[in-house]
Amino acid sequence: MADWVIELKDIRKVYRMGEVDVNALDGLTLRVQRGDIMAIMGPSGSGKSTLMNIIGCLDRPTAGSYRLDGKTVSELQDDALAEIRNRKVGFVFQSFNLLGRSTATANVELPLRYAGVNKGRRERAQEVLRLVGLEERMEHRPMELSGGQQQRVAIARALVNKPAIILADEPTGNLDSRSGAEILDLLLKLNSDRGVTLIIVTHDSNVAARAHRTIKLKDGCIEEDYVSDAKPA
Amino acid sequence: MFLTQNLLEALESLTSNKLRSGLTMLGIVIGVGAVIAMLSVGQGATATISGSISSIGTNLIFIIGSTNEEITIRRPLTLEDAEAIGDPLNAPSILETSVMYSLSRIKVSASGETVTMAVTAVTPTYDEIRNLEMAEGEFISETQMNGRASVAVLGVTTAENLFGTSEGLIGETVRLQGQPFRIIGIQASKGGSGFSDADDVLYVPYSTAVSRLAQRSGEAPNRVDMIVASAVSASAVPDASEEIRQILRTRHHTDIGKDDFTLMTQEDFLSLTSQIMGVLTIFLGGIAAISLLVGGIGIMNIMLVSVTERTREIGLRKALGARRRDILIQFLTESATLSVFGGLIGIALGAGLAFLVGQIATATGNAFTPVVGIDSVLLATLFSAAVGLFFGIYPASRAAGLEPVEALRYE
Repeated sequence: MADWVIELKDIRKVYRMGEVDVNALDGLTLRVQRGDIMAIMGPSGSGKSTLMNIIGCLDRPTAGSYRLDGKTVSELQDDALAEIRNRKVGFVFQSFNLLGRSTATANVELPLRYAGVNKGRRERAQEVLRLVGLEERMEHRPMELSGGQQQRVAIARALVNKPAIILADEPTGNLDSRSGAEILDLLLKLNSDRGVTLIIVTHDSNVAARAHRTIKLKDGCIEEDYVSDAKPA
Repeated sequence: MFLTQNLLEALESLTSNKLRSGLTMLGIVIGVGAVIAMLSVGQGATATISGSISSIGTNLIFIIGSTNEEITIRRPLTLEDAEAIGDPLNAPSILETSVMYSLSRIKVSASGETVTMAVTAVTPTYDEIRNLEMAEGEFISETQMNGRASVAVLGVTTAENLFGTSEGLIGETVRLQGQPFRIIGIQASKGGSGFSDADDVLYVPYSTAVSRLAQRSGEAPNRVDMIVASAVSASAVPDASEEIRQILRTRHHTDIGKDDFTLMTQEDFLSLTSQIMGVLTIFLGGIAAISLLVGGIGIMNIMLVSVTERTREIGLRKALGARRRDILIQFLTESATLSVFGGLIGIALGAGLAFLVGQIATATGNAFTPVVGIDSVLLATLFSAAVGLFFGIYPASRAAGLEPVEALRYE
């Protein structure tokens, strides 16, 4: 029996641009299996970002229903959505988005703080930092870290609350090819070791080639959806 | 725990832009500093004034002619009035009375020096009632009063003006309008403060003054300028005042509500002082309110800039699960921290300023200690925190209301 972590049904998202309504997503239906690795591709304006925002609970669909990890979230209010993001979603951004004034550990602790965790927060953050290979850099600030290391901090931050999905938006876009490859390896390893569902938004077909499943968007609909032969490890 | 974390984060954020934070605080610093300085100087001044009023004696009642311009029929206060008030049968609440009669522009000379000064004619009880102490010799006695003796008691300054010294003068002679008076006592120095020198005085017996120095022709016999009465205790002052009124009304045959005399007690002086200080406090409060308002607007302005600058950070925090409330608290903590620190620096600045004023006052001979009261410190701290919170609400709620998607996309 299939275990769906994401169930999107007839999702529509309409933006009002001046006088005209733009259908960013036009009745999109999508299910993602737990533990899968899925790449989302498509040209700009295809609805990629909008889909990612909705999957990440940063935005609500205009119509349609969305179940994340068994819970219907399409109707939730702002603060309830914040809690879902905190507990179920780990974000990895193209530009890392770390707090420049805080150390790596403090950055990783942030989601735990918003989860209301007071005890052992530091220890948990350090444990995850070790997992991503940064045990030597835990008290450094982002400025003192390389791009690859910063992205590792960001991945540790995404992982720390044990989310159901990790949502990576062009995670290798700001990195040179070697650190990009390392980051991708790390994400795939986390998927195989910890079974966390991985969703990567990317332009890069080399990145998409590593995914188990790839969907291509066009005009707010899924144009292509194919599964590669390689099973998710 | 949560609060300390927020505070640490706010400090981190504020210290990352020290110059800006410092300039933003300046409004609050100056406002609170000015208020603290003025309040503590004011309190110090009040303490000094009340202290010197208290030193007059808590049980004294001063009686002078009426200060009410509308009273046209006036009988002067006389020595007999004083005696009537001093009679324990008439006024059981009164211990003693004395009179004072001032003779102005008397030529006083000794050993070739001549000065023109006011001479004070008093009855022998005056030194007890006014707490005068003698450095040498004795005050005027009952016998000298009755015998109209030509004797004088000098203040230290007067003695020095005439003789160049204030020691060993007992038995020497001074001439008042050319008539010889024997010095029987030197009053101990009271220390100068205010406009007139309390040591530049010369006392003579009232009887002698009337018979030998009287200068105001056509005046009622035994007229006095002021009667000083001492009540048996401080708590008996109201009763004593009433007795004095009754006696004087009877003796002066005044109509109801047309007293031709005025009573002043220490209470009156103190309430006058506190009235003046009350007006001053309202004035200072107004200045404080204006400067804190200006400081608060400065904080609000900078917080709005800060929210705009950190839109991406806010978006990120929201993506990581920050609720509205978390963002709100974060920015409110920042603005409150800013203003409380401004307030604390302002308190230090104000206290320093007040101390400086105190030093200058002491150096110029007016001993006076500014008081930085714990109440004004608490008030200033709470007030600046409230200003920070109030003016932080709008920027903070703007930050909290940002849409995560929009905020994350912001460049």
